[in-house]
Amino acid sequence: MSDAGEITAHEVDALYEQLLSDGQRSGYRLNGDVGFVRDLVKGLIFNQRRYSYAACPCRLASGSKEDDLDIICPCDYRDADLNDHGACYCALYVSQAVLRGEKELTSIPERRPSPDERVHAKAGGEQTSPVGSLPYPVWRCKVCGYLCAREEPPESCPICTAKQDRFERFM
Amino acid sequence: MKLTHVDGEHKKNLVLYTLSTCVWCKKSKTLLSDLHVAYDYVNLDELTGEERDRAIEELKQWNPKCSFPSLVVDNGTCVVGYDEKKIREALEL
Repeated sequence: MSDAGEITAHEVDALYEQLLSDGQRSGYRLNGDVGFVRDLVKGLIFNQRRYSYAACPCRLASGSKEDDLDIICPCDYRDADLNDHGACYCALYVSQAVLRGEKELTSIPERRPSPDERVHAKAGGEQTSPVGSLPYPVWRCKVCGYLCAREEPPESCPICTAKQDRFERFM
Repeated sequence: MKLTHVDGEHKKNLVLYTLSTCVWCKKSKTLLSDLHVAYDYVNLDELTGEERDRAIEELKQWNPKCSFPSLVVDNGTCVVGYDEKKIREALEL
């Protein structure tokens, strides 16, 4: 880990704008508290510099990209946390209800398995599923046909931004 | 493990485990300062080598998820996350 140096306001602006436009395109909303988000963006830039990958600013990165793939922003846990808590773990991304001020934003529980559980999972190796069974249900966006395999459909379709209630169980 | 001390009124023995980049950790530090209580903190992401490993093991005793912020009160209880209500309760404020 080397000295990451000064992060300029210009760099923060640039990444903030990029995240905002990426989010608008794919149906993910940034937290409306601009100061809060800019702090997170600064953390992402800092982590990108010191680890060479933009690990979640609110999680302890190991420095090994392979071990931290799940917490590179946007993390593996974002969608589930948006569904359950109205925000991702660091609250960079929030649900519409939070953005509209209908739901209060709080610090949420960590969904990522503990360090010991991750070591255990890694030692267990790849899981293979028996033929004919799926590890996750497959959801289909009735508006654009986007398919995703996960516990629940996303709050909005990442392709066409259709809302969660436009998804049907496909498989 | 090197702790950074923040001056204030000594209500309880407070050790706050944080990350330098974490915005919720920053909010916890601000809250403790606003409450004028003395506390010690350590930014785990700034530690390296054995010191870092030891700090992680220590934190895991309180919070197996090793998530941040974690506030250990009087070496007896741990408040996980930025939760103003729980922090105030733990400090009996």
